[in-house]
Amino acid sequence: MLTKRIIPCLDIKDGRVVKGVKFLGLKDAGDPVEVARVYDKEEADELVFLDITASFENRKTLVELVEKIAKNIFMPFTVGGGVGDIGDIRNILNAGAEKVSVNTQAVKLPQLISEASKRFGSQCIVVAIDAKLVTSHQSPVTSNGQGTDKWEVYINGGRTPTGLDAVEWARKAAKLGAGEILLTSMDYDGTKDGFDIGLTKAITEAVGIPVIASGGAGKPEHFFDVFSKTSADAGLAASIFHYQEYSVRQVKECLREKGIPVRL
Amino acid sequence: MIAIIDYGMGNIHSVNKALEVCGAKTLITNKVQDIKSCDKAVLPGVGAFDDAVSELKKQGLIEPILEHIKNKKPFLGICLGMQLLFDESAEAQKEKGLGVFNGKVEKFKHSHDLKVPHMGWNQLKTSGECPLLKDIPDNSFVYFCHSYYPLPYDKSIIAGLTNYGQDFAAIVWKDKVFGMQFHPEKSQGIGLRMLQNFVNLC
Repeated sequence: MLTKRIIPCLDIKDGRVVKGVKFLGLKDAGDPVEVARVYDKEEADELVFLDITASFENRKTLVELVEKIAKNIFMPFTVGGGVGDIGDIRNILNAGAEKVSVNTQAVKLPQLISEASKRFGSQCIVVAIDAKLVTSHQSPVTSNGQGTDKWEVYINGGRTPTGLDAVEWARKAAKLGAGEILLTSMDYDGTKDGFDIGLTKAITEAVGIPVIASGGAGKPEHFFDVFSKTSADAGLAASIFHYQEYSVRQVKECLREKGIPVRL
Repeated sequence: MIAIIDYGMGNIHSVNKALEVCGAKTLITNKVQDIKSCDKAVLPGVGAFDDAVSELKKQGLIEPILEHIKNKKPFLGICLGMQLLFDESAEAQKEKGLGVFNGKVEKFKHSHDLKVPHMGWNQLKTSGECPLLKDIPDNSFVYFCHSYYPLPYDKSIIAGLTNYGQDFAAIVWKDKVFGMQFHPEKSQGIGLRMLQNFVNLC
Protein backbone atom coordinates (compact mmCIF):
# COMPACT_ATOMS: atom_id res chain seq x y z
CA MET A 1 0.00 0.00 0.00
CA LEU A 2 1.24 3.49 -0.84
CA THR A 3 1.93 5.27 2.44
CA LYS A 4 1.47 8.88 3.49
CA ARG A 5 4.77 10.72 3.49
CA ILE A 6 6.30 12.81 6.27
CA ILE A 7 8.72 15.38 4.91
CA PRO A 8 11.06 17.65 6.89
CA CYS A 9 11.95 20.86 5.07
CA LEU A 10 15.35 22.55 5.27
CA ASP A 11 16.00 26.16 4.32
CA ILE A 12 19.37 26.62 2.66
CA LYS A 13 21.36 29.83 2.31
CA ASP A 14 24.74 29.89 0.57
CA GLY A 15 24.98 26.14 0.89
CA ARG A 16 24.21 26.07 4.63
CA VAL A 17 21.12 25.19 6.63
CA VAL A 18 19.58 28.30 8.15
CA LYS A 19 16.87 28.73 10.79
CA GLY A 20 17.94 26.77 13.80
CA VAL A 21 18.37 23.07 13.64
CA LYS A 22 19.01 21.83 17.15
CA PHE A 23 19.84 18.17 17.14
CA LEU A 24 21.92 16.91 19.98
CA GLY A 25 25.23 15.56 18.88
CA LEU A 26 25.49 17.42 15.61
CA LYS A 27 28.97 18.78 15.11
CA ASP A 28 27.79 21.33 12.61
CA ALA A 29 24.07 22.07 12.58
CA GLY A 30 24.56 24.19 9.49
CA ASP A 31 25.80 21.34 7.32
CA PRO A 32 22.93 20.14 5.14
CA VAL A 33 24.47 16.70 4.71
CA GLU A 34 24.80 16.19 8.44
CA VAL A 35 21.22 17.31 9.08
CA ALA A 36 19.95 15.18 6.22
CA ARG A 37 21.72 12.17 7.72
CA VAL A 38 19.75 12.61 10.95
CA TYR A 39 16.48 12.59 9.03
CA ASP A 40 17.66 9.64 6.95
CA LYS A 41 18.20 7.67 10.17
CA GLU A 42 14.78 8.71 11.44
CA GLU A 43 13.34 7.32 8.21
CA ALA A 44 11.83 10.53 7.01
CA ASP A 45 10.15 9.65 3.71
CA GLU A 46 11.62 12.50 1.71
CA LEU A 47 13.42 15.78 2.29
CA VAL A 48 12.83 19.19 0.78
CA PHE A 49 15.71 21.65 0.45
CA LEU A 50 14.63 25.20 -0.19
CA ASP A 51 17.34 27.58 -1.34
CA ILE A 52 16.36 30.95 0.07
CA THR A 53 19.29 32.87 -1.37
CA ALA A 54 18.22 31.96 -4.84
CA SER A 55 20.47 34.39 -6.64
CA PHE A 56 22.30 33.66 -9.83
CA GLU A 57 25.74 33.44 -8.17
CA ASN A 58 24.45 30.85 -5.77
CA ARG A 59 23.19 28.45 -8.43
CA LYS A 60 26.56 26.78 -8.66
CA THR A 61 26.84 26.40 -4.89
CA LEU A 62 23.40 24.85 -4.84
CA VAL A 63 24.17 22.32 -7.56
CA GLU A 64 27.39 21.35 -5.77
CA LEU A 65 25.42 20.94 -2.58
CA VAL A 66 22.83 18.73 -4.28
CA GLU A 67 25.64 16.52 -5.55
CA LYS A 68 27.10 16.26 -2.09
CA ILE A 69 23.75 15.34 -0.55
CA ALA A 70 23.04 12.73 -3.24
CA LYS A 71 26.40 11.12 -2.60
CA ASN A 72 25.74 10.75 1.10
CA ILE A 73 22.02 10.19 1.57
CA PHE A 74 20.19 7.39 -0.18
CA MET A 75 16.72 8.78 0.09
CA PRO A 76 14.58 10.92 -2.20
CA PHE A 77 14.75 14.67 -1.97
CA THR A 78 13.32 17.73 -3.69
CA VAL A 79 15.19 20.96 -4.32
CA GLY A 80 13.55 24.33 -4.87
CA GLY A 81 14.07 28.06 -4.56
CA GLY A 82 14.81 30.42 -7.41
CA VAL A 83 14.54 27.81 -10.14
CA GLY A 84 14.42 29.90 -13.28
CA ASP A 85 14.72 27.79 -16.40
CA ILE A 86 15.13 24.37 -17.97
CA GLY A 87 18.88 24.56 -17.41
CA ASP A 88 18.44 24.98 -13.65
CA ILE A 89 16.06 22.03 -13.55
CA ARG A 90 18.40 19.82 -15.56
CA ASN A 91 21.41 20.71 -13.40
CA ILE A 92 19.60 19.97 -10.16
CA LEU A 93 18.21 16.65 -11.43
CA ASN A 94 21.54 15.57 -12.88
CA ALA A 95 23.18 16.38 -9.57
CA GLY A 96 20.97 13.81 -7.88
CA ALA A 97 17.70 15.39 -6.71
CA GLU A 98 14.60 13.29 -7.28
CA LYS A 99 12.40 16.30 -7.94
CA VAL A 100 12.68 20.02 -8.56
CA SER A 101 10.18 22.48 -7.20
CA VAL A 102 9.25 25.58 -9.17
CA ASN A 103 7.26 28.48 -7.74
CA THR A 104 7.58 32.08 -8.93
CA GLN A 105 8.90 31.25 -12.36
CA ALA A 106 6.09 28.77 -13.01
CA VAL A 107 3.58 31.57 -12.44
CA LYS A 108 5.50 33.99 -14.64
CA LEU A 109 6.16 31.46 -17.36
CA PRO A 110 3.76 28.50 -17.19
CA GLN A 111 5.29 26.89 -20.30
CA LEU A 112 8.27 26.06 -18.09
CA ILE A 113 6.08 23.39 -16.47
CA SER A 114 5.06 21.81 -19.77
CA GLU A 115 8.53 22.00 -21.26
CA ALA A 116 10.21 20.53 -18.17
CA SER A 117 7.69 17.74 -17.72
CA LYS A 118 8.01 16.75 -21.36
CA ARG A 119 11.78 16.70 -21.10
CA PHE A 120 12.28 15.10 -17.70
CA GLY A 121 8.89 13.52 -16.96
CA SER A 122 6.05 14.88 -14.82
CA GLN A 123 7.17 12.81 -11.86
CA CYS A 124 10.10 15.13 -11.13
CA ILE A 125 8.38 18.49 -11.57
CA VAL A 126 6.82 19.90 -8.41
CA VAL A 127 4.89 23.15 -8.53
CA ALA A 128 5.02 24.99 -5.21
CA ILE A 129 2.06 27.21 -4.44
CA ASP A 130 2.00 29.76 -1.61
CA ALA A 131 -1.65 30.59 -0.99
CA LYS A 132 -3.46 33.07 1.23
CA LEU A 133 -7.14 33.30 2.00
CA VAL A 134 -8.91 36.15 0.31
CA THR A 135 -10.40 37.93 3.27
CA SER A 136 -13.44 39.50 1.73
CA HIS A 137 -16.04 38.01 4.02
CA GLN A 138 -14.15 35.80 6.45
CA SER A 139 -11.08 35.95 8.57
CA PRO A 140 -8.33 33.43 7.80
CA VAL A 141 -8.84 31.35 10.91
CA THR A 142 -12.44 30.53 10.07
CA SER A 143 -11.61 29.08 6.69
CA ASN A 144 -14.09 26.22 6.66
CA GLY A 145 -13.46 24.29 3.47
CA GLN A 146 -17.12 24.44 2.53
CA GLY A 147 -16.33 25.55 -0.97
CA THR A 148 -16.99 29.23 -0.52
CA ASP A 149 -13.46 30.26 0.37
CA LYS A 150 -11.00 31.64 -2.17
CA TRP A 151 -7.25 31.67 -1.92
CA GLU A 152 -4.83 33.87 -3.80
CA VAL A 153 -1.44 32.75 -5.09
CA TYR A 154 1.59 34.74 -3.88
CA ILE A 155 5.05 34.66 -5.42
CA ASN A 156 8.55 35.91 -4.57
CA GLY A 157 8.59 34.14 -1.25
CA GLY A 158 5.10 35.28 -0.32
CA ARG A 159 5.79 38.95 -0.97
CA THR A 160 3.90 39.51 -4.20
CA PRO A 161 0.19 38.82 -4.72
CA THR A 162 -0.62 37.61 -8.21
CA GLY A 163 -4.40 37.86 -8.43
CA LEU A 164 -4.44 34.16 -9.38
CA ASP A 165 -6.95 31.87 -7.71
CA ALA A 166 -5.01 29.04 -6.02
CA VAL A 167 -7.45 26.29 -7.02
CA GLU A 168 -7.46 27.44 -10.64
CA TRP A 169 -3.70 27.72 -10.69
CA ALA A 170 -3.25 24.23 -9.22
CA ARG A 171 -5.58 22.84 -11.87
CA LYS A 172 -3.67 24.60 -14.62
CA ALA A 173 -0.29 23.49 -13.28
CA ALA A 174 -1.46 19.86 -13.21
CA LYS A 175 -2.79 20.16 -16.73
CA LEU A 176 0.53 21.57 -17.92
CA GLY A 177 2.31 18.51 -16.58
CA ALA A 178 3.23 19.16 -12.95
CA GLY A 179 3.69 15.87 -11.11
CA GLU A 180 3.02 17.17 -7.64
CA ILE A 181 1.83 20.27 -5.79
CA LEU A 182 3.68 21.57 -2.74
CA LEU A 183 0.96 23.61 -1.11
CA THR A 184 1.83 26.12 1.60
CA SER A 185 -0.83 27.98 3.53
CA MET A 186 0.50 31.45 4.27
CA ASP A 187 -2.27 31.94 6.81
CA TYR A 188 -1.25 28.89 8.84
CA ASP A 189 2.51 28.86 8.25
CA GLY A 190 4.32 29.40 11.54
CA THR A 191 1.17 29.21 13.69
CA LYS A 192 1.59 25.57 14.80
CA ASP A 193 -2.20 25.43 14.88
CA GLY A 194 -2.40 22.65 12.32
CA PHE A 195 -2.58 22.44 8.54
CA ASP A 196 -5.07 24.50 6.56
CA ILE A 197 -7.71 21.84 6.03
CA GLY A 198 -9.98 24.02 3.88
CA LEU A 199 -7.23 24.99 1.45
CA THR A 200 -5.74 21.50 1.29
CA LYS A 201 -9.15 19.97 0.66
CA ALA A 202 -9.96 22.44 -2.09
CA ILE A 203 -6.67 21.78 -3.90
CA THR A 204 -6.61 17.99 -3.51
CA GLU A 205 -10.14 17.81 -4.88
CA ALA A 206 -9.21 19.96 -7.88
CA VAL A 207 -6.21 17.92 -9.11
CA GLY A 208 -5.36 14.28 -9.80
CA ILE A 209 -1.70 14.56 -8.83
CA PRO A 210 -0.17 14.14 -5.35
CA VAL A 211 -0.34 17.13 -2.99
CA ILE A 212 2.07 17.92 -0.14
CA ALA A 213 0.39 19.95 2.61
CA SER A 214 2.62 22.51 4.29
CA GLY A 215 2.31 25.22 6.91
CA GLY A 216 1.01 24.99 10.47
CA ALA A 217 2.18 21.60 11.73
CA GLY A 218 2.70 21.79 15.50
CA LYS A 219 2.06 18.23 16.71
CA PRO A 220 1.51 14.70 15.38
CA GLU A 221 -2.30 15.01 15.55
CA HIS A 222 -2.15 17.78 12.96
CA PHE A 223 -0.80 15.28 10.43
CA PHE A 224 -3.64 12.93 11.31
CA ASP A 225 -6.14 15.74 10.73
CA VAL A 226 -4.84 16.60 7.29
CA PHE A 227 -4.63 12.95 6.19
CA SER A 228 -8.05 12.01 7.55
CA LYS A 229 -9.91 15.10 6.39
CA THR A 230 -8.30 15.61 2.98
CA SER A 231 -6.64 13.36 0.43
CA ALA A 232 -3.22 15.01 0.88
CA ASP A 233 -0.40 12.57 0.16
CA ALA A 234 2.28 14.09 2.32
CA GLY A 235 2.77 16.52 5.18
CA LEU A 236 5.73 18.86 5.33
CA ALA A 237 7.07 20.61 8.39
CA ALA A 238 10.21 22.38 9.52
CA SER A 239 10.41 23.66 13.06
CA ILE A 240 8.72 20.81 14.94
CA PHE A 241 11.38 18.48 13.58
CA HIS A 242 14.33 20.85 13.69
CA TYR A 243 13.77 21.71 17.33
CA GLN A 244 13.13 18.07 18.16
CA GLU A 245 9.71 18.85 19.57
CA TYR A 246 8.67 15.65 17.85
CA SER A 247 10.63 13.18 15.80
CA VAL A 248 9.49 11.93 12.42
CA ARG A 249 9.06 8.54 14.02
CA GLN A 250 6.74 9.93 16.72
CA VAL A 251 4.55 11.49 14.06
CA LYS A 252 4.44 8.22 12.15
CA GLU A 253 3.67 6.18 15.25
CA CYS A 254 0.78 8.46 16.06
CA LEU A 255 -0.53 8.09 12.51
CA ARG A 256 -0.19 4.32 12.53
CA GLU A 257 -2.08 4.08 15.79
CA LYS A 258 -4.91 6.00 14.23
CA GLY A 259 -4.99 3.81 11.14
CA ILE A 260 -3.18 6.01 8.60
CA PRO A 261 -0.78 3.95 6.43
CA VAL A 262 2.83 4.96 7.05
CA ARG A 263 6.20 3.37 6.50
CA LEU A 264 7.68 2.33 9.83
CA MET B 1 33.97 -3.39 -12.57
CA ILE B 2 30.41 -2.15 -13.03
CA ALA B 3 29.73 0.14 -15.98
CA ILE B 4 27.16 2.83 -15.20
CA ILE B 5 25.88 3.83 -18.58
CA ASP B 6 25.80 7.61 -18.84
CA TYR B 7 23.77 8.51 -21.92
CA GLY B 8 22.65 11.94 -20.76
CA MET B 9 19.36 10.93 -19.16
CA GLY B 10 19.29 12.11 -15.61
CA ASN B 11 20.97 11.36 -12.37
CA ILE B 12 23.81 8.88 -12.26
CA HIS B 13 25.63 10.08 -9.15
CA SER B 14 23.24 8.48 -6.69
CA VAL B 15 23.39 5.06 -8.34
CA ASN B 16 27.13 5.32 -8.66
CA LYS B 17 27.67 6.30 -5.05
CA ALA B 18 25.23 3.68 -3.76
CA LEU B 19 27.14 0.96 -5.64
CA GLU B 20 30.42 2.28 -4.30
CA VAL B 21 29.05 2.13 -0.77
CA CYS B 22 28.25 -1.52 -1.52
CA GLY B 23 31.92 -2.04 -2.24
CA ALA B 24 31.75 -2.06 -6.03
CA LYS B 25 34.26 -0.58 -8.40
CA THR B 26 32.30 1.52 -10.86
CA LEU B 27 32.92 3.32 -14.09
CA ILE B 28 30.59 6.05 -15.33
CA THR B 29 30.84 5.80 -19.07
CA ASN B 30 29.27 6.18 -22.49
CA LYS B 31 32.06 4.36 -24.28
CA VAL B 32 31.30 1.16 -26.14
CA GLN B 33 34.64 -0.37 -25.21
CA ASP B 34 34.08 0.23 -21.48
CA ILE B 35 30.69 -1.47 -21.56
CA LYS B 36 32.21 -4.40 -23.39
CA SER B 37 35.05 -4.81 -20.92
CA CYS B 38 33.05 -4.40 -17.69
CA ASP B 39 31.63 -7.52 -16.09
CA LYS B 40 28.39 -5.84 -14.99
CA ALA B 41 26.36 -2.88 -16.22
CA VAL B 42 23.66 -0.58 -14.89
CA LEU B 43 21.30 1.47 -17.05
CA PRO B 44 19.71 4.27 -15.01
CA GLY B 45 17.48 6.95 -16.48
CA VAL B 46 14.89 9.61 -15.88
CA GLY B 47 12.97 11.37 -18.61
CA ALA B 48 11.16 10.62 -21.83
CA PHE B 49 11.29 7.21 -23.53
CA ASP B 50 11.83 8.58 -27.05
CA ASP B 51 14.68 10.85 -25.98
CA ALA B 52 16.34 8.00 -24.12
CA VAL B 53 16.21 5.59 -27.06
CA SER B 54 17.45 8.21 -29.51
CA GLU B 55 20.34 9.08 -27.17
CA LEU B 56 21.30 5.40 -26.90
CA LYS B 57 21.17 5.11 -30.70
CA LYS B 58 23.08 8.29 -31.30
CA GLN B 59 25.84 7.20 -28.95
CA GLY B 60 25.96 3.70 -30.42
CA LEU B 61 25.16 2.10 -27.07
CA ILE B 62 22.36 -0.31 -28.01
CA GLU B 63 24.61 -2.89 -29.60
CA PRO B 64 27.08 -3.14 -26.66
CA ILE B 65 24.15 -3.32 -24.20
CA LEU B 66 22.55 -6.18 -26.13
CA GLU B 67 25.90 -7.91 -26.45
CA HIS B 68 26.52 -7.58 -22.71
CA ILE B 69 23.14 -9.18 -22.03
CA LYS B 70 23.68 -11.89 -24.64
CA ASN B 71 26.97 -12.79 -22.97
CA LYS B 72 25.00 -13.39 -19.73
CA LYS B 73 26.79 -10.67 -17.84
CA PRO B 74 24.68 -9.15 -15.03
CA PHE B 75 22.67 -6.15 -16.16
CA LEU B 76 20.37 -3.89 -14.13
CA GLY B 77 17.90 -1.36 -15.53
CA ILE B 78 16.45 1.18 -13.11
CA CYS B 79 13.19 3.10 -13.66
CA LEU B 80 13.27 4.39 -17.26
CA GLY B 81 16.35 2.20 -17.72
CA MET B 82 14.14 -0.81 -17.00
CA GLN B 83 11.33 0.37 -19.27
CA LEU B 84 13.77 0.70 -22.17
CA LEU B 85 14.39 -3.05 -22.00
CA PHE B 86 10.80 -3.77 -23.11
CA ASP B 87 9.47 -3.87 -26.68
CA GLU B 88 7.54 -0.62 -26.66
CA SER B 89 6.04 2.14 -24.53
CA ALA B 90 2.75 4.02 -24.52
CA GLU B 91 4.86 7.11 -23.88
CA ALA B 92 6.78 6.76 -27.15
CA GLN B 93 5.80 8.52 -30.37
CA LYS B 94 8.50 7.13 -32.59
CA GLU B 95 11.04 4.87 -30.89
CA LYS B 96 10.88 1.18 -29.98
CA GLY B 97 12.46 -0.34 -26.91
CA LEU B 98 15.33 -2.81 -26.84
CA GLY B 99 13.08 -5.87 -26.70
CA VAL B 100 15.13 -7.71 -24.10
CA PHE B 101 11.87 -8.31 -22.21
CA ASN B 102 8.71 -8.98 -24.22
CA GLY B 103 5.91 -6.65 -23.30
CA LYS B 104 5.04 -3.01 -23.24
CA VAL B 105 5.14 -0.05 -20.94
CA GLU B 106 1.74 1.42 -20.02
CA LYS B 107 0.59 4.58 -18.29
CA PHE B 108 -1.35 4.49 -15.02
CA LYS B 109 -4.93 5.53 -15.62
CA HIS B 110 -5.79 8.41 -13.39
CA SER B 111 -9.08 8.05 -11.54
CA HIS B 112 -10.79 9.47 -8.49
CA ASP B 113 -8.83 7.14 -6.20
CA LEU B 114 -5.66 6.91 -8.21
CA LYS B 115 -3.31 9.84 -8.46
CA VAL B 116 -0.72 9.85 -11.21
CA PRO B 117 2.31 9.90 -10.85
CA HIS B 118 2.60 7.03 -8.38
CA MET B 119 4.84 8.76 -5.89
CA GLY B 120 6.23 7.61 -2.57
CA TRP B 121 6.95 4.47 -0.57
CA ASN B 122 5.06 1.34 -1.53
CA GLN B 123 5.45 -2.34 -0.78
CA LEU B 124 6.97 -5.20 -2.74
CA LYS B 125 5.36 -8.61 -2.88
CA THR B 126 8.21 -10.84 -3.83
CA SER B 127 8.03 -14.16 -5.56
CA GLY B 128 10.52 -16.74 -6.73
CA GLU B 129 14.21 -16.87 -6.11
CA CYS B 130 15.43 -13.61 -7.59
CA PRO B 131 19.01 -13.24 -6.36
CA LEU B 132 18.62 -9.47 -5.91
CA LEU B 133 15.91 -10.16 -3.31
CA LYS B 134 18.10 -12.28 -1.09
CA ASP B 135 17.49 -11.24 2.55
CA ILE B 136 14.78 -8.78 1.50
CA PRO B 137 11.67 -9.38 3.63
CA ASP B 138 8.36 -9.65 1.81
CA ASN B 139 6.34 -6.39 1.87
CA SER B 140 9.43 -4.21 2.19
CA PHE B 141 8.95 -0.57 1.29
CA VAL B 142 10.76 0.94 -1.70
CA TYR B 143 10.55 4.38 -3.29
CA PHE B 144 8.57 4.94 -6.49
CA CYS B 145 8.30 8.04 -8.63
CA HIS B 146 6.73 7.23 -12.03
CA SER B 147 3.68 7.48 -14.29
CA TYR B 148 4.46 4.47 -16.53
CA TYR B 149 4.85 0.81 -15.58
CA PRO B 150 5.94 -2.32 -17.44
CA LEU B 151 3.52 -5.00 -18.57
CA PRO B 152 5.51 -8.15 -19.36
CA TYR B 153 3.79 -10.75 -21.55
CA ASP B 154 5.63 -13.57 -19.84
CA LYS B 155 4.48 -13.32 -16.22
CA SER B 156 7.19 -15.70 -15.09
CA ILE B 157 9.77 -12.90 -15.31
CA ILE B 158 8.00 -10.96 -12.55
CA ALA B 159 10.04 -11.19 -9.35
CA GLY B 160 8.22 -8.49 -7.41
CA LEU B 161 4.74 -6.98 -7.57
CA THR B 162 3.49 -3.71 -6.19
CA ASN B 163 -0.12 -2.67 -5.88
CA TYR B 164 -1.20 0.71 -7.13
CA GLY B 165 -4.77 0.53 -8.36
CA GLN B 166 -3.72 -2.87 -9.68
CA ASP B 167 -0.72 -5.14 -9.25
CA PHE B 168 2.14 -4.19 -11.55
CA ALA B 169 5.63 -5.59 -12.11
CA ALA B 170 8.05 -3.67 -9.89
CA ILE B 171 10.92 -6.12 -10.44
CA VAL B 172 11.52 -8.24 -13.51
CA TRP B 173 14.23 -10.83 -13.88
CA LYS B 174 15.37 -13.19 -16.61
CA ASP B 175 18.75 -14.94 -16.59
CA LYS B 176 21.17 -12.22 -15.55
CA VAL B 177 19.01 -9.25 -16.56
CA PHE B 178 17.16 -7.35 -13.84
CA GLY B 179 14.80 -4.40 -13.97
CA MET B 180 13.48 -2.27 -11.11
CA GLN B 181 10.69 0.24 -11.53
CA PHE B 182 11.48 1.85 -8.18
CA HIS B 183 14.72 3.55 -7.17
CA PRO B 184 16.91 1.22 -5.09
CA GLU B 185 19.47 4.03 -4.80
CA LYS B 186 16.80 6.16 -3.06
CA SER B 187 15.24 3.42 -0.96
CA GLN B 188 17.52 3.73 2.07
CA GLY B 189 18.78 0.49 3.64
CA ILE B 190 16.50 -1.92 1.75
CA GLY B 191 17.54 -0.46 -1.60
CA LEU B 192 21.21 -0.64 -0.72
CA ARG B 193 20.80 -4.31 0.22
CA MET B 194 19.36 -5.05 -3.22
CA LEU B 195 22.26 -3.24 -4.88
CA GLN B 196 24.64 -5.17 -2.63
CA ASN B 197 23.05 -8.37 -3.95
CA PHE B 198 23.69 -7.15 -7.49
CA VAL B 199 27.30 -6.35 -6.63
CA ASN B 200 27.70 -9.84 -5.14
CA LEU B 201 26.47 -11.61 -8.28
CA CYS B 202 29.01 -13.46 -10.30
